[in-house]
Amino acid sequence: MAQTLFEKMWNIHRVTALEDGADLIAIDRVFLHERTGSIALKSLEAEGRALRNPALVFCTMDHIVDTFPGRTDETLMPSGKDFIQSTRASARRAGITLFDLGDARQGIVHVVSPEQGIALPGATIVCPDSHTCTQGALGALAWGIGSTEAEHAMVTGTLRVNRPKTMRVVFDGALLPGVTAKDMILHLIGAYTAAGGGGYAVEFAGAAVAALPMEARFTLCNMAVEFSAFSGMVAVDDTTIDYVKGRPYAPKGPLWDKAVAQWRTLHSDEGAVFDKEIVIEAGDIKPTVTWGTSPGHAVAIDGKVPDPSLVRDDNLRAAMERALAYMDVTPGQHLTALKIDAAFIGSCTNARLSDLRAAAALLKGRRVAQGVKAICVPGSTQVKLAAEAEGLDKVFTAAGFEWRESGCSMCFFAGGEHMGFQERVISTTNRNFESRQGPETRTHLASPLVVAASAVTGAITDPRDLMRGHDG
Amino acid sequence: MDKFISHTGVAAPLLRINVDTDAIIPSREMKRVSKEGLGEGLFAGWRYLAQGARDPNPEFVLNKPDYAGASIILSGDNFGCGSSREHAVWALKEYGIRAIIAPGFGAIFANNCIRNGLLPIVLPDEAVKALAASVEKDPQTNKIHIDLEKKQVTGPGGKVYDFNIEDGPRDMLLQGLDVIGLTLRHKADIDAFKAKDRLARPWIYLERGG
Repeated sequence: MAQTLFEKMWNIHRVTALEDGADLIAIDRVFLHERTGSIALKSLEAEGRALRNPALVFCTMDHIVDTFPGRTDETLMPSGKDFIQSTRASARRAGITLFDLGDARQGIVHVVSPEQGIALPGATIVCPDSHTCTQGALGALAWGIGSTEAEHAMVTGTLRVNRPKTMRVVFDGALLPGVTAKDMILHLIGAYTAAGGGGYAVEFAGAAVAALPMEARFTLCNMAVEFSAFSGMVAVDDTTIDYVKGRPYAPKGPLWDKAVAQWRTLHSDEGAVFDKEIVIEAGDIKPTVTWGTSPGHAVAIDGKVPDPSLVRDDNLRAAMERALAYMDVTPGQHLTALKIDAAFIGSCTNARLSDLRAAAALLKGRRVAQGVKAICVPGSTQVKLAAEAEGLDKVFTAAGFEWRESGCSMCFFAGGEHMGFQERVISTTNRNFESRQGPETRTHLASPLVVAASAVTGAITDPRDLMRGHDG
Repeated sequence: MDKFISHTGVAAPLLRINVDTDAIIPSREMKRVSKEGLGEGLFAGWRYLAQGARDPNPEFVLNKPDYAGASIILSGDNFGCGSSREHAVWALKEYGIRAIIAPGFGAIFANNCIRNGLLPIVLPDEAVKALAASVEKDPQTNKIHIDLEKKQVTGPGGKVYDFNIEDGPRDMLLQGLDVIGLTLRHKADIDAFKAKDRLARPWIYLERGG
């Protein structure tokens, strides 16, 4: 019978059906970071429980470390170093692999894991971090869990999971120039709400997804959790396999061939049935920006702030009214009229090399507008080094951007650093929640192109205006 | 793990959708490598007048004398969406919250609740709003009763709402089970599965050091 990609992954990993209706699912990789992983390791030690296989458990420093050049264990948040040092000590005792400060493999977990070949097609990957769904872009089943479940995964090599339903989101056709994977996912959540994927494992498919390079697929899957999905996935194809080949922890030699043979089966069969299907014409998508405090508050960049009085659902309307007041915007206002205080390029969503290249191409020969604070934080130390090798750091700094060490940074107060009170920020991150980036900070989520263009003009800007300008 | 069998308590309405875990416990309030000391940071952005300070915002529901000692939260759809931080659950628990009633929950958050003896109850939006209306005249007297064995919520007027919860989470809460211990009863199955899987997918099983 025709199977979906998700069903294949589930069947490959199902150890047994449990008496209570859940399935016991084998976990291939556990990744930790110093905010939620530290507590899981400490808790296991306190309970005297041993890891089943430390070779399959990895940890990085990203959530608490600061990103200033020349950083140490100290952070702006006085207790930050306790997280860093506790994680380091626990990781050593547990015998897991840690990408510590100063290690060239350090970076944001969801950037580092694929980059090192730790996340592989066909693998189950969990991490006590909601954006673990990012790694599903490799044709993996990857999802975020809590610290207690991470303990369970490390001790038993499994998790007890109630099987989610399946959804396919098909992006037909082709994206227009200046439109990116970030715009695809914001467009989807804007159209179907932040709760639209609740209870589903989502597979992204269609010609526009197949055409995406690997790094853009990570961006697409990264925000599956913002759609409330259990996970996001993309079927394995040549793009996936070319990406994985030669990575440090990827299989080599005869094992590589054996692995590839299995990975080639990791796609939904012709005729496979999904519990829900959404079809979107990729050519209809424009650069997309959020205006409110939910990722679902997204509109095309040439659009206007919506009018809640036109919304029939009482709960959605109330949330919109609250968001309008918080964001200090009014219905009918053009988004491109909004002046910004800061621009941020970073996070597990949009800080890979291709993101930095796209932003740098737009910034080259231009300057950040006066009064705008602009910061670029590469997604990993590897990304930073690669960017520097091709001179991107010089483009960013010449334009007036700060160029930082890798970490989660101002996606949320990492290292205690944050944007200013009620500042308006255009950001490549994934969450525009109240006070996420700073006290009452007003976050507008967008692609690296939109952020770079907006940094230059000092107001939210359609990057295609500047791209056309460059062409002639 | 703490048991949850039944509970009667003051219910505080926080009737907005998408209450995210950043709102439940902001990043800046997660100061120690510990599951403790988080109750004070619960809803810090809404509960206090200024960031970092501790002056209560009199408008916030949990600060109103009527809702003193609240142990149940009534909220909108998608409660606990966003970050996987289990600190959100530890903060709620330390504050004294035993159950949350909402039309839907963030999936990771709901799992985190169950692993910590906190009960997430899914009821339709109208039912949550009706419960909120039934307590608001005198919340200290008009308490809500929850019975997990019967899978029922009873409002102060005696109206009963049935709710669904999967058997697994229900058993864990009723019995306060050690989940890792429970799973390790299947250790023979796990060992057999992994031995077979190691032959089928040998590239998954790394040796230490890569």
